Amino acid sequence: MSDLTNVNPDAEKLEGMEHTKQYDFRLPETYFYRSEKGLNRRVIEKVSYFKEEPEWMLAFRLKALEIAEKKGPPRWGPDLSGLNFDDIYFYIRPNERKGTVDDWEEIPEEVRETYRRLGVPEAEQRVLAGVGAQYESEMVYHKLKEEWERKGVIFLDTDTGLKKYPELFKEYFSTVIPPEDNYFAAVNSAVWSGGSFVYVPEGVEVEVPLQAYFLLNAQSIGQFERTLIIGAPGSKFHYIEGCTAPAYNTDSFHSGVIEIIVQDNANVRYSTIQNWSHNVYNLVTQRALVHAGASMGWLDGNLGSKVTMKYPSCYLVGERAHGEVLSIAFAGDGQHQDAGSKMIHAAPHTTSSVVSKSISKGTGRSSYRGLVQIYEGADFARSNVECDALLLDEVARTDTYPYIEIDEKTAHVGHEATVSKLDDEQIFYLMSRGLAEDEAMALIVRGFLDPVAKELPLEYAVELNRLIELEMEGSVG
Amino acid sequence: MSDRTLEIRNLHARIPGGEAILRGVDLVVPRGEVHALMGPNGSGKSTLAKIIAGDPSYEITDGEILLEGEDVLSLEPDERARAGLYLAFQYPVEVPGVSIANFLRLALNARLPEGEEVGVMDFYRKLQAAVTALDWDESILERNLHEGFSGGEKKRSEILQLLVLEPRYAILDETDSGLDIDALKVVAKGVNAARGPAFGCLLITHYQRLLNYIIPDRVHVMIDGRVITEGEKELAMELDQKGYDWVREQVGA
Repeated sequence: MSDLTNVNPDAEKLEGMEHTKQYDFRLPETYFYRSEKGLNRRVIEKVSYFKEEPEWMLAFRLKALEIAEKKGPPRWGPDLSGLNFDDIYFYIRPNERKGTVDDWEEIPEEVRETYRRLGVPEAEQRVLAGVGAQYESEMVYHKLKEEWERKGVIFLDTDTGLKKYPELFKEYFSTVIPPEDNYFAAVNSAVWSGGSFVYVPEGVEVEVPLQAYFLLNAQSIGQFERTLIIGAPGSKFHYIEGCTAPAYNTDSFHSGVIEIIVQDNANVRYSTIQNWSHNVYNLVTQRALVHAGASMGWLDGNLGSKVTMKYPSCYLVGERAHGEVLSIAFAGDGQHQDAGSKMIHAAPHTTSSVVSKSISKGTGRSSYRGLVQIYEGADFARSNVECDALLLDEVARTDTYPYIEIDEKTAHVGHEATVSKLDDEQIFYLMSRGLAEDEAMALIVRGFLDPVAKELPLEYAVELNRLIELEMEGSVG
Repeated sequence: MSDRTLEIRNLHARIPGGEAILRGVDLVVPRGEVHALMGPNGSGKSTLAKIIAGDPSYEITDGEILLEGEDVLSLEPDERARAGLYLAFQYPVEVPGVSIANFLRLALNARLPEGEEVGVMDFYRKLQAAVTALDWDESILERNLHEGFSGGEKKRSEILQLLVLEPRYAILDETDSGLDIDALKVVAKGVNAARGPAFGCLLITHYQRLLNYIIPDRVHVMIDGRVITEGEKELAMELDQKGYDWVREQVGA
């Protein structure tokens, strides 16, 4: 039931591969093309050349590069000094083939095996409407079940989306997150490759999730997927993203941009439980534009990576639009999870809700960084933010940076924050009932996360619990 | 007499670096019997209860705790629980987000060999029996452990867990405190339901009141970190009337 979203660290299942402690695969690095290290004009031109893109896209990329160079990395938030662009390969093309295939058999055996062991093809059969799989810089597999194709649903890798639906693509691409938005969005705009392109037509309800799975195998790689999701009026669907990477001594860099347009009365959910290995900088921009009567829900689980900066946002631009963020972060030794949300109320009667739960252990550090902004004229907007932090020991650290800007008298905004420490009395109590110390700690943590976990479909909740238990291993001192 | 008893021998304990709290406790509870432990505030009753369960905040300076002949002092609290000890806490903690049913399932599974799990039907029957014995509604099982519980509900939950986990020996630490008379009767009914030849129980209480509903086989009196006297159930009554100074005088303590 479990292995749907993420890494499967059951080492014995991965016999014959080079094992690492927790991240369970590491294939030989083979590729058709690898860019020089670093980010420059040559690299971008090469990416564009390989993709045989329209000219406007190359122009867009080069402009974005200029913007990135002008902006420079953010001077706030977590320490990014270990991230050196000159050590990163910004584009790795795994094979010569252009575009994706829709048959796992056509994927090189070793790569296919990794996805198989992660349970992706099996989940595709059972519980998903469509699956995309990205390996290094390119999507290698993409398939939508016929049933949904017939109803006009589009689910493609973003490069193919640009080719097959140039008008639709151009109409929405970069409209939610322009390169000017932030440094990492600019970098992504310059070198983006892969990601998913999703369009669900008016009134269509996709009852089972669409999923994309991102795999990094190479050392010192940067992955810059670009996802564009459009929910036409009255549509309803759930998109899930999973990701994994082997642990190396050198750092890798993942910086996706996810743009979602939720049109009138549509209902879109986007869930991700990232479990990157602890050498990945995970700096992602996710934003949804939510129109009248529509609803957008982000579920954001941050368990892996070295540094995460991720603030899923909803721009509530239509009357009665609703935005929601459920966020879970686990910062183990050496990790910094800087996560949060942005809720921008720009229309009357818009509502938003944020629930953030973070856990810090050892030298791990978690921060909640959130913005609630209510513009003048957004009459009777309501927003509620709740962030709870749990510290597993004396050294762990948590911070909250809430920003609230209200320009409308009728607004109703609530913010609640709690910090608790793993309580010796609770542990003793649970142990006195027969639970071992590590089980007792895991149970307290599970209970702490329960309000969010119970919003997840069962198999994802199971997976989340399993990942948390893995992260908790070795917590008993 | 070690075979079927919980025996405390010459137990000395303190908070690390602090004054002695237990100063040589001797006490035997045979299986199949219910004993009361009475004593004034600060006499060390609750400390004794927590130490038996393995509370790591105390330091044992001398003595033994023998569970049917085996010294449990070197065992962790969870190992003691799995060996058949149970403590009903005076102040049960809250564990948000963890339902009573889920928690009890984990606690039962912890008693089984690795990989085995309690059967669904078996588990459900146990829960039902316990809920019924305590005149409780089944919906309580889906509530989170003590979250938002009243004092009385917490105490009742401690007895519910006792009935489901079926320990060989239970220590009830002032389970009667803060209960109104109806709640007291319910708790007593639960404890009486657990009584039997396979179950030994030590009831810690200030007052004789609880003992009207749970008739003890024997009464021990603890003062200043020692059990200074013991007797039949009538001793509890006498204590209630005459007070602890009377016992002090009797034994010359």
